[in-house]
Amino acid sequence: MLVEVRWHGRGGQGIVTVSRMLAQAALLDGKYVQAFPEFGPERRGAPVTGYTRISDEPIVIHSQIYNPHIVVVVDPTLIGSVNVTRGLVPKGLIAAHSDKSPGDLRKMLGSCDAKVYTVNAMRIALDILGRPIYNTAMLGALLKIAPLAKLDSLIKVVEERFPGPVGEKNVAVIKRAYEEVQGDE
Amino acid sequence: MAKVIGLTGNEAIAYAVKQCDVDVIAAYPITPQTIMVELLSEYVYNGEINAEFICVESEHSAMSACVGASLTGARVFTATASQGLALMHEMLYIASGLRCPIVMGVANRALSAPLNIHGDHSDMMGSRDCGWMQVYAENAQEAYDWIIQSFKIAEDLRVLLPISVNIDGFILSHSMERVEVLEDEDVSRFLPPRKPVITIDPAKPITVGALCLPDYYFEMKRQQVHALNESYNVIREVNKDFESFTGRRYDLLETYGMSDAEAAIISLGSTAGTAKAVARDLRSEGKKVGVIKPWVYRPFPEEDLIKAVGDAETLAVLDRACSFGAPFNALCSDVVAALYRYGKSSVKVFNCVYGLGGRDITPTDIRAIFNEALEAAKTGIVKEQLKFIGVRE
Repeated sequence: MLVEVRWHGRGGQGIVTVSRMLAQAALLDGKYVQAFPEFGPERRGAPVTGYTRISDEPIVIHSQIYNPHIVVVVDPTLIGSVNVTRGLVPKGLIAAHSDKSPGDLRKMLGSCDAKVYTVNAMRIALDILGRPIYNTAMLGALLKIAPLAKLDSLIKVVEERFPGPVGEKNVAVIKRAYEEVQGDE
Repeated sequence: MAKVIGLTGNEAIAYAVKQCDVDVIAAYPITPQTIMVELLSEYVYNGEINAEFICVESEHSAMSACVGASLTGARVFTATASQGLALMHEMLYIASGLRCPIVMGVANRALSAPLNIHGDHSDMMGSRDCGWMQVYAENAQEAYDWIIQSFKIAEDLRVLLPISVNIDGFILSHSMERVEVLEDEDVSRFLPPRKPVITIDPAKPITVGALCLPDYYFEMKRQQVHALNESYNVIREVNKDFESFTGRRYDLLETYGMSDAEAAIISLGSTAGTAKAVARDLRSEGKKVGVIKPWVYRPFPEEDLIKAVGDAETLAVLDRACSFGAPFNALCSDVVAALYRYGKSSVKVFNCVYGLGGRDITPTDIRAIFNEALEAAKTGIVKEQLKFIGVRE
């Protein structure tokens, strides 16, 4: 089973980092992975996408991802200006950073049969990190709604990537987002 | 014990080079340089490898420094891409002409103009005839594995030629994948230190690359042809040796579904992977298609290719570079020449140019190419001998 994830954010928000950290976590679980950025010049603040492929089998395909199973929206201001649901498979999943309820966010997304989840990643980041760095929160939210990797594997990746207190705080962010993410029923 | 880690193509190549006990890395550090040398400079700075890192002012100088270092008997690596490779062009011939076993990582990217930074094979195909061996990797694992094998192939006294290991720019260079890496000691056992024959030494000066007029130049070139042909067997030996070390099998080319294929795609690099995925789907629908992926482009493995083609009736050859004004583009020209030389010119061939300047080639594109090849196999008619995939006309 091949799962394709598209990440939406802005240049500087660590979209490549989270697309890779998800892949690293799945790798620890024995999966095959690919993680790649939107190829091209990087501009701080401009909308960017990142991609992760995860599979139980070796991944031989090397084209871009057009029909993701899951979309993760890291930057809440993108909704409305970027078509984040583009190409999403029928009944796909959307995990969005938002202070709105899943139901309210669904209305903003227009016609879409996806299952929508939201988490207030900014509040979690400010509470724990004291800084508006909310990409790792979305990793926690994602793993709650789609078991693409074990939470423990992700924590291991985060601790390795950010040794010391930074890693510990990011683990706390991930755990809280994992708990707080809400889906519309 | 092998270790599994996530690495981009660039990182996989740098990791392999780190384990290969290189003596000298010379590179130009600015665009269009890759992360390969950035990481290697870090390794040198951190003392993780005991190598000299020579930071030069252009790719022309990078290759010049590599040539000089290689002549002293050093194990040498460099990396470049796109315009950087083009600027090296003059020195590429000097490296092969002076029989320097340099290994170079290339993240294949388009050439200007217009300015473009994305993946295609224009850079390396532009240096096709420079006397280097050329390998194209499909993924980061292959890039890692070929780098380690490349030093052994290049430094073999039957070869003594430079080699480029090519990865598709961005598609492989910037994508993280699962890579099984070897322990340092295992790489050391597989790849002993270089044993040069004649070296330059300030204490005992000799002349290399001296003037060679019509009375001898031709013989020197004939020897280069011989060496490049000899590399064929050496590559095969090294592949076998590597397999016994790692269990990972390499060869001059790889085939998929060719035992009963009626139609096949021939492609270099990452696109061959996408083609295999599509071929697998088509075969599950009962369509007899296959894929041939030359790992080694120079020396061109024509005997292996003919064997792989078998009874297939139609070949769609994919080129990610333009040979402007030529009847066919580079890979297709070689395939057609091989078919002709082996008396198989009845095999129908068409050439698909794709992906220039990083234009993505999708499974849908590849499915259409397979279907067209199957149609040609059935009707005996090739509709278009030269096609441009996914371009606005």
